[in-house]
Amino acid sequence: MTRHLLTKAEASQPHLNSFITLCHDQAISAARAADEARTRGENSLLLGIPVAHKDAFCTAGIRTTSGSRMLSNFIPPYESTVSRKFKDAGAVCLGKTNMDEFAMGSSNENSFFGAVRNPWDLSRVPGGSSGGSAAAVAAGLVPAATGTDTGGSIRQPAAFCGISGLKPTYGRVSRLGMIAYASSLDQGGPLAHTVEDLALLLKVMAGLDENDSTSADAPVPDYAATLATPLQGLRIGLPREVFSETAHPEAARALQAAIAELEKLGATLVDITLPHTALSVPAYYVIAPAEASTNLSRFDGVRYGHRCDNPTDLEDLYSRTRAEGFGKEVQRRILIGTYALSAGYYDAYYRQAQRIRRLIKNDFVAAFSQVDTILTPVTPGPAFGLGAKTSDPVAMYLEDIYTVPTSLAGLPGLSIPCGFAEGMPIGMQLIGNYFDEARLLNLGHQFQLHTDWHTRRPDVTRITASAN
Amino acid sequence: MSIKADELAKIAVLARLKVDPEHLQSLTQDLDQILHFVEQMNQQNTQSIEPLGNPLEQHQRLRTDCVTEPNQREALQSVCNTTEKGLYLVPKVIE
Repeated sequence: MTRHLLTKAEASQPHLNSFITLCHDQAISAARAADEARTRGENSLLLGIPVAHKDAFCTAGIRTTSGSRMLSNFIPPYESTVSRKFKDAGAVCLGKTNMDEFAMGSSNENSFFGAVRNPWDLSRVPGGSSGGSAAAVAAGLVPAATGTDTGGSIRQPAAFCGISGLKPTYGRVSRLGMIAYASSLDQGGPLAHTVEDLALLLKVMAGLDENDSTSADAPVPDYAATLATPLQGLRIGLPREVFSETAHPEAARALQAAIAELEKLGATLVDITLPHTALSVPAYYVIAPAEASTNLSRFDGVRYGHRCDNPTDLEDLYSRTRAEGFGKEVQRRILIGTYALSAGYYDAYYRQAQRIRRLIKNDFVAAFSQVDTILTPVTPGPAFGLGAKTSDPVAMYLEDIYTVPTSLAGLPGLSIPCGFAEGMPIGMQLIGNYFDEARLLNLGHQFQLHTDWHTRRPDVTRITASAN
Repeated sequence: MSIKADELAKIAVLARLKVDPEHLQSLTQDLDQILHFVEQMNQQNTQSIEPLGNPLEQHQRLRTDCVTEPNQREALQSVCNTTEKGLYLVPKVIE
């Protein structure tokens, strides 16, 4: 099976470009080890299951680039907690998936290794920044993959590619060895076809890590055990700010049909308000770049990664290495972040953004006193065309309007397919209270038991057939 | 508020990013557009609001101050080819 999938993945590369690195040898030996363990009568949660890791997770001995030229030669000397947990559970890693450079992007067009294409329509983007992971799962190259989500980077590509994805509560999954973008927002999570699979994968990924001081010290429940709970009496909040907007009509109709389905399953719909939603994207695009400018200061050409040729002095080594190693969007965000943190602008930008962040969190806290979960779209519309938004950074940022508030509040968000618009899959987002992933997964699973959106697959026979 | 090219050049020095003079103008425009966009935040009165840094308002976990890690210098320096006797090499700083 591992060989079959590696061949398919290899064949798909010129079309989808969903992988940065395929690790044939390591995958085959891991698959052999899994076979041997099974022969010995051993078992573990993911024994022999093929997976792919977003290239933001450090994998010891396997090149890890974060989609950047800066790390295009970087072979980590250590393993991220997430990839180690997958290894311990018996999973077979087939490779490292493509992504927007340092997870900065909503279309996967910002990768040093080239854009990823959407398996549903090769002229459209797969979303980002975990676009490689989402495209690989959607195309059937792997049944599950890991992603990271800072402002929507798991949920949005999952929606654009017609699969399920979960951003857990901030701190639920260890960030050790996950290459940092914005540390108060970054969170790892799983992508797969079904919510049932997400429940198993989260069980493997979640938990306290002594080596990540922001990792949460909260017990990890058996997420699979509560999937069957009936939805009777569950209160779902519909934020009026979101539903009063002029949305993509076809996408809005699909979402309404999904809401009606949930009501049929016993859920009660409640009108709620999240009044500061519109300010979330501006606040996010101050906080995330500010943290990024600090995090990315470590890339200076001295200890690892790209180093410019013949530096004349130390300043030249730093500034030329960084100019050569970082792509355009990453440089933009470093500059915005540096500006927002600089003397004289700190209060007007960074402090103000952090104050808005509290208002956004307070909106959710108030809403969760009335409801159990909140439902929104994941994106304003279906996947857009390659190149459609690359020349306008702000238009690209506004793609994140439905995912960013959840991130700023640190809440968990589940993205599941709920219909089609323009022939492309679209998703619905279910937002839960802190550490209430079990309820989100229960709700998503019940929806998937009664609908078949998650079973729809793009026709990839041509793009995954090998040349011979 | 709008950002000027010379201001951006200063920020680029702080960020240790060499910006080509030919790109300075278009980069200034991009940044100006982004800053203009984020300034929507100013519509909101936040005077009595405490800034929020960690979404869970957690404090960093502390541990006892004792040695827990073995020396991994060789492993960590294996990814760098500009080292000598365990030290990182950089261009000469002191004449």
